[in-house]
Amino acid sequence: MASATSNLSLVHSGGVNFPLAVGEAAYRVDALYFFIYFLSAVTFFGIVGALIYFVIKFRRRPDHQIALNQMTHSTALEIAWTVIPLILVSIIFVWGYTAYLKNIVPSSDAKEMRAIGRKWSWTFEDPTTGLRTNNELVVPLHQPIRLIMSSEDVIHSLFIPNLRVKQDVLPNHYTTLAFTADRAGRYQIFCTEFCGDGHARMLANLVVLDDADYVKWQADQKAASSATLPLNELGKKVSTDQGCFSCHSVDGSKSIGPSWKGIYGANRQLVGGKSAKADDNYLRRAIVDPAAEITAGYAPMMPTYAGKLSDQEMAGIIEYIRTIK
Amino acid sequence: MSHVPNINFFKATTGLKSWLFTLDHKRIGLMYLGFIWFSFFLGGIFALLLRLELLFPNGWFLTDRQYDQLFTLHGAVMVFLFIIPSIPASLGNFFLPIMIGAKDVAFPRLNLASFYIYVVGAVFGIGSMLIGAVDTGWTFYTPYSTSTDTAVITMTLAAFILGFSSILTGVNFLATVHNMRAKGMTWFKMPLFVWSLYATAVIQILATPVLGITLLLLILEKTINIGIFDPSLGGDPILFQHFFWFYSHPAVYIMILPAMGLMSEMISTFSRRSIFGYRFMAYSSIAIAIIAFLVWGHHLFVSGQSMYANMIFSFLTYLVAIPSGIKVFNWMATMYKGSLDLKTPFLYALAFIFLFTIGGVTGIFLAALAVDIHLTDTYFVVAHFHYVMVGGTVMAFIGGMHYWWPKMIGKMYNEYWARVACFLIFLGFNLVFFVQFIMGSKGMPRRYHTYLDQFQPLHAFSTYGSWVLGLGFLVMIIYLIHSIFYGEKAPANPWNGITLEWKTESPPVLENFDKVPEITHDPYDFAAVDGKKYE
Repeated sequence: MASATSNLSLVHSGGVNFPLAVGEAAYRVDALYFFIYFLSAVTFFGIVGALIYFVIKFRRRPDHQIALNQMTHSTALEIAWTVIPLILVSIIFVWGYTAYLKNIVPSSDAKEMRAIGRKWSWTFEDPTTGLRTNNELVVPLHQPIRLIMSSEDVIHSLFIPNLRVKQDVLPNHYTTLAFTADRAGRYQIFCTEFCGDGHARMLANLVVLDDADYVKWQADQKAASSATLPLNELGKKVSTDQGCFSCHSVDGSKSIGPSWKGIYGANRQLVGGKSAKADDNYLRRAIVDPAAEITAGYAPMMPTYAGKLSDQEMAGIIEYIRTIK
Repeated sequence: MSHVPNINFFKATTGLKSWLFTLDHKRIGLMYLGFIWFSFFLGGIFALLLRLELLFPNGWFLTDRQYDQLFTLHGAVMVFLFIIPSIPASLGNFFLPIMIGAKDVAFPRLNLASFYIYVVGAVFGIGSMLIGAVDTGWTFYTPYSTSTDTAVITMTLAAFILGFSSILTGVNFLATVHNMRAKGMTWFKMPLFVWSLYATAVIQILATPVLGITLLLLILEKTINIGIFDPSLGGDPILFQHFFWFYSHPAVYIMILPAMGLMSEMISTFSRRSIFGYRFMAYSSIAIAIIAFLVWGHHLFVSGQSMYANMIFSFLTYLVAIPSGIKVFNWMATMYKGSLDLKTPFLYALAFIFLFTIGGVTGIFLAALAVDIHLTDTYFVVAHFHYVMVGGTVMAFIGGMHYWWPKMIGKMYNEYWARVACFLIFLGFNLVFFVQFIMGSKGMPRRYHTYLDQFQPLHAFSTYGSWVLGLGFLVMIIYLIHSIFYGEKAPANPWNGITLEWKTESPPVLENFDKVPEITHDPYDFAAVDGKKYE
């Protein structure tokens, strides 16, 4: 990758409140946020200041047992503190709605891309080139993007904090997300609609490349897809792309699914009391028909990858698993 | 009716059966109080465990599934078993009849029935934990909730049953307010706590059936595969969100309105001052109850709902903020030139104003469409609703419990330790939740078992705060239990209040008053007692 290898830190970039803003949408959100912030601070410190003053000034003392005043109402005051807040929130409402419209409506020259969410990974595709990436959305700098999104199972939500954009991803109809990034770099993408055990690991990256890097990246991708990688390296790439590591570790630690470490050739204890040797055919069945044999201690969570992986890719994954001792 | 002995309601009859089959609203209120606080401590232990697990970025003693179950149970227990029934069912049951000069609620048997329905619902809810606790979040969003293998049916059934308890209590309170007021207790002589319970009852009756129907549809879909919400059966998952929030947003006002009523009682009494803007206060409760029904769509700003719907819901959300603001300003005006007695209940009232103001203004951020897109489903939202629900409702509930503890139990608690606990709870709460606003606007999503390393210091800070908060509640349990056995006997009117509950003994006699009280002045007319109407 042409740019940095890790995502820009959310906590350590930008100011106290926000991660670094990298697009128009974010500037609009931040401006309104700080306007409300200012009004809120005035309101809050006004109220708390008055509260403290009252508590000191009017607290009950031996010479101050009863109230100084029993005023029961003041229509003028009541109207004042109804109308003034109403005017302020009306301003915020109009500002909030117009900024929202500017942020969600894509410009007419937007590049359309597809996003598909599933438990627990993302796939992004550029339909003009057919280039498909997993858990990594690669876009050109300054290029308006319109992401057309759908889910293969439950509701997910795609959130890019540096751009202040978010949209739920539904199983029954397409939703869209518009954004333009104006700073090259790598940024965090989260899933923000609870989707089960792997929700917190349904992460992805937004990679923003300047024109030269983007052209080079496209060329590299095309070359890589036609090049003949050694099988186990192909397997490592495919399993990274497919998000296998959301559920399977390679260091022996227990996750949603069994770890791949040392699994090849081992005897597997199955749900229902049977056992089986994890040979090539067992592992292939585990990929195309995962519900058929479930390792004891695990839930039948894994979706089938039949039709999603070529024979060569499956062989690659099995070869790769064999190397993890 | 036979002659009722002039004896306090604890001593009137004795034995377990006299409690289990009691029709006395005061006993039913106290039994609710016990169950409700038990639920709170159960939900609180879940919360402490969640925070403990979040001390480290990759978790350390829970699996993903266990974490998901724990935050679901925390939410479900706190919402359905604790905060919805909290003030109305316990303090409301005890004080509503007394405050309007009635002997009991309109339907005492129905009152006992709602208590037992609550208990059955609680058994279902807590029982579901034993057979595979739900992991959907307390919102049960489809299609996740129809596809998970956890005990969704049992938990939704629990919420369904608890809904009936809530509806029946609401019906009972409405009938009581309409029919049981003492002679001279006109609508505008009712204490504001009664007004707020009335507004709450309206919401309970109109909104809760929608939740019941929705959960029943969910159960039907899960059991006999009728496609309503699940797209693979031809349903629409967003429909569930609309149905769910059509109840659950008004439910937020079921939670906060009674708290606002309590605030008016405590602020007036401890300021020794007539409430400022009584009618605006009463009307604003009703206004909140009405507008509350029209804002549910603000939970769906990123769901794919149309931008025009978003516009309307954003606008209506601002409208509902106005009556809440009116209340805060009126409480401030009530304290102005009062004689402020800084007793524990009043300290909780001050804590309420501080925390609820933060909860309120952060709601303005979330109602602004463009800003909400960034903040929704992050810790900012978590912090916001805890500031409203805990900073608002729970503070008022604890304050109200202290305010009326001498009246209900007949014993005084230790004022020193009560202030210590109040300080710890206030401090601990802010430590836990203030930092979550920053985490949220920085991008930290909610409902994450594991998180990016960079958020660890912020999460740890929040976790340390949870220990202070927990300690505060521990101190509170100790001195309250201590007071039951060793507390000084409470006088009839320890705070010199002037609403009707202070005109009976502590604890009240069996049918509340020796003789039906005469209503001689407005509920907060301290001028009639102390003089000095205007300077």
